[in-house]
Amino acid sequence: MTSLTAKYYDLEPHHHPEGASTGLGFWIYLMSDCLMFAVLFAVYGVLGNSYAAGPGPKDLFDLELVAINTGLLLFSSITFGFAMLAAQKGNKAGTLRWLWVTLGFGLAFLAVELYEFHHLIELGAGPWRSAFLSSFFALVGTHGLHVAFGSLWLIVLAVQIAQKGLIPANLRRMTCLSMFWHFLDVVWIGVFTFVYLIKMI
Amino acid sequence: MAVTGPIETSLLFGRLTWDAIPTDPIVLATFAVVALGGGALFALLTWYRLWGYLWTEWFTSVDHKKIGIMYMILGLVMFVRGFADAVMMRLQQVLAFGGSEGYLNSHHYDQVFTAHGVIMIFFVAMPFVTGLMNYIVPLQIGARDVSFPFLNNFSFWMTVGGAVIIMASLFLGEFAQTGWLAFPPLSGITESPYVGVDYYIWGLQVAGVGTTLSGINLLVTIIKMRAPGMTIMKMPVFTWTALCTNVLIVASFPVLTMTLILLTLDRYVGTNFFTADLGGNAMMYVNLIWIWGHPEVYILILPLFGVYSEITATFSGKRLFGYSSMVYATVCITVLSYVVWLHHFFTMGSGASVNAFFGITTMVISIPTGAKIFNWLFTMYRGRVRFDLPMMWTLAFMLTFVIGGMTGVLLAVPPADFVLHNSLFLIAHFHNVIIGGVVFGTFAAITYWWPKAFGFTLDVFWGKVSFWLWVVGFWVAFAPLYVLGLMGVTRRMRVFDDPDLQIWFAIAAFGAVLIAGGILAMFIQFAVSIWKRNENRDVTGDPWDGRTLEWATSSPPPAYNFAFTPVIHDLDPWTEMKEKAVPRPTSGFLPIHMPKNTGAGVVLAGLATIVGMALIWYVWWLAAASFLALIGAAIAHTFNYNRDYHIPAEEVTRVEDARTRQLEA
Repeated sequence: MTSLTAKYYDLEPHHHPEGASTGLGFWIYLMSDCLMFAVLFAVYGVLGNSYAAGPGPKDLFDLELVAINTGLLLFSSITFGFAMLAAQKGNKAGTLRWLWVTLGFGLAFLAVELYEFHHLIELGAGPWRSAFLSSFFALVGTHGLHVAFGSLWLIVLAVQIAQKGLIPANLRRMTCLSMFWHFLDVVWIGVFTFVYLIKMI
Repeated sequence: MAVTGPIETSLLFGRLTWDAIPTDPIVLATFAVVALGGGALFALLTWYRLWGYLWTEWFTSVDHKKIGIMYMILGLVMFVRGFADAVMMRLQQVLAFGGSEGYLNSHHYDQVFTAHGVIMIFFVAMPFVTGLMNYIVPLQIGARDVSFPFLNNFSFWMTVGGAVIIMASLFLGEFAQTGWLAFPPLSGITESPYVGVDYYIWGLQVAGVGTTLSGINLLVTIIKMRAPGMTIMKMPVFTWTALCTNVLIVASFPVLTMTLILLTLDRYVGTNFFTADLGGNAMMYVNLIWIWGHPEVYILILPLFGVYSEITATFSGKRLFGYSSMVYATVCITVLSYVVWLHHFFTMGSGASVNAFFGITTMVISIPTGAKIFNWLFTMYRGRVRFDLPMMWTLAFMLTFVIGGMTGVLLAVPPADFVLHNSLFLIAHFHNVIIGGVVFGTFAAITYWWPKAFGFTLDVFWGKVSFWLWVVGFWVAFAPLYVLGLMGVTRRMRVFDDPDLQIWFAIAAFGAVLIAGGILAMFIQFAVSIWKRNENRDVTGDPWDGRTLEWATSSPPPAYNFAFTPVIHDLDPWTEMKEKAVPRPTSGFLPIHMPKNTGAGVVLAGLATIVGMALIWYVWWLAAASFLALIGAAIAHTFNYNRDYHIPAEEVTRVEDARTRQLEA
């Protein structure tokens, strides 16, 4: 083989770390997910005043409850951050502990949200009552479904970390879930502001 | 059975009853043909003991080349179905004059035109485009596979799942009668209470997951896996158009998904997003679906622009004229495709200013597109043009597409659109660009890359027969629709009163017959080529004197594509390597790290298809059970950490030595 071959072919390939593209791929997935939320926000923007002679935001929203829920979700993001820090130090027990705390906050958030939904439906303000309520339930419910899915994922990942330890594959998965979890936090900030706060002015 | 009232449901079977099986003789005959054909195929595969081979080598394969070929086969099969719908419409419209009702009742006819549009866009054009990108992009960028090989397999099977759901509607229940975008309130539960729209929704949702994931996959592949030296402005043009296409997929399919979810909620939960009462807004659906729908037409055409660019450069024996302008034009089209959606419904009543904005943005798109046409022309100018089949298709595209583009600019003028919208002029326009652009481009691509995939070129005689029947047939079939549209004939009509119109429909029907001949000739071409493969064998791996990396490896390429990754110094790397006579590496091979095959994609997509079918028929227990199984199977798959293996260096040496002997012979 000549030096020409060496110029045009990578004869001594360096090793590519496995899963090098996973972070980028998952981030792009999140952006596509973000677009789904964008549609829901736009729909809420269009239909948010179509009460159809039914109850409006000031009749229905309980800002204190929503504030508590916001707090729960924000704290869960911090505790997930602590889990990531522990994982980077190779501290398996600490990682698991913080993951379980995060799950606790996530489930508490879901419980409050389910209570809120139940309460609204009891009041006769279910998603079928008006276009405003349809778009409210769709947006907030889609966010809630994401949190529920994230919680399931968190449980599965915690089991995998308990089984296999903080191996590179698990760390990669944790980074993805971390992005997912923080993303849901960011979306919730939008929900809190755009769905609840603005309508209460 | 046209259902208008409420349907009784049972716990075990939902609303699935014996009445769901159509009694229409046309449908029954179709069912008989499909059942006999399918049965014969099944028997043949069993007789020749091919199931094991298909399962291990194809269905579970994570090799981007095999997945690409499977996408193309899916597209071809569904193309036959979609074309059968087209022929039925042509026949109905030529017959239903002078008091005749034709041979299709309105319930059946409405399903036919809806299915034709849905199938041709989602299950023909999309698989073609995705298949081409899957096969060619990793080879062009010197990669061994895509970034997420398992995801690729899963995406393919989700697309198949969607196609299965759509096909099932032919023999069980009905399909939507709403037109291919299912506008509410017609697609709402009060106007369409039976399963038709639900088939539409779940077929598209299952396939849509596949499309979105495949878009993410190819996007990451192009960003992360290019060979050393291939900077962004040294990427082959096809890869560039694939990059933009996948950006469009990732940034538009979520909108379709969410819009269909909202329609689903309206139909299943009783929400009021698009209903006519309680504050719903049907025009919001039309806006949302076209915010996906307009980028979608560029998802279809951009990769084919890339194909034409590769072919024009190769068959002119010259570097592509204006590479950078071609790239910028592609990027411009990508961005502009998001700001034109409203031109699909100028008549909504959004006012003169809004319509003027969208009319102008639409016309602006013709500038980068025109730049592309000039680039192709200048590439041919003073080139040594070889008129092989791929180049013939490319020339037919240029002539046909320019006319289609001009009628598009006509439609972009809002006052003109008020006259022409929803007329056969519109139908003629978009068939002009989709057939002239996407279909001709796919055929160009198939003839161009077939020898790469299979190691022999396609038969030229039958290719030319197909080419002339198609090109002439297209014009005979669609020129009359321009005339009819200008006379004011609207689309989707089943019967006609004015006898003067009939002659134009007769001409169009004759055009459809010519196209049918073109399709038949194409299948004969495939068969003859496979039969005579040893006469048209290509051992060089480079039958057309290609310019990009896919021609640097053998035909068909080994599983790992390149034993050593090429290093790129020039825009046309393979041309440069040939000019400098760079010797191929023949020794010192290393083990190659590759992903393992897995059946998880088939299982997950199969379960998703069952979920879809159960939801269509309101079989709630099955929907819940299969959904739980789907989640369970997905979780189980994540517990498999052992997903790759190494091809030993001896195996690589054996394959490459065989190639060396082949090249020397």
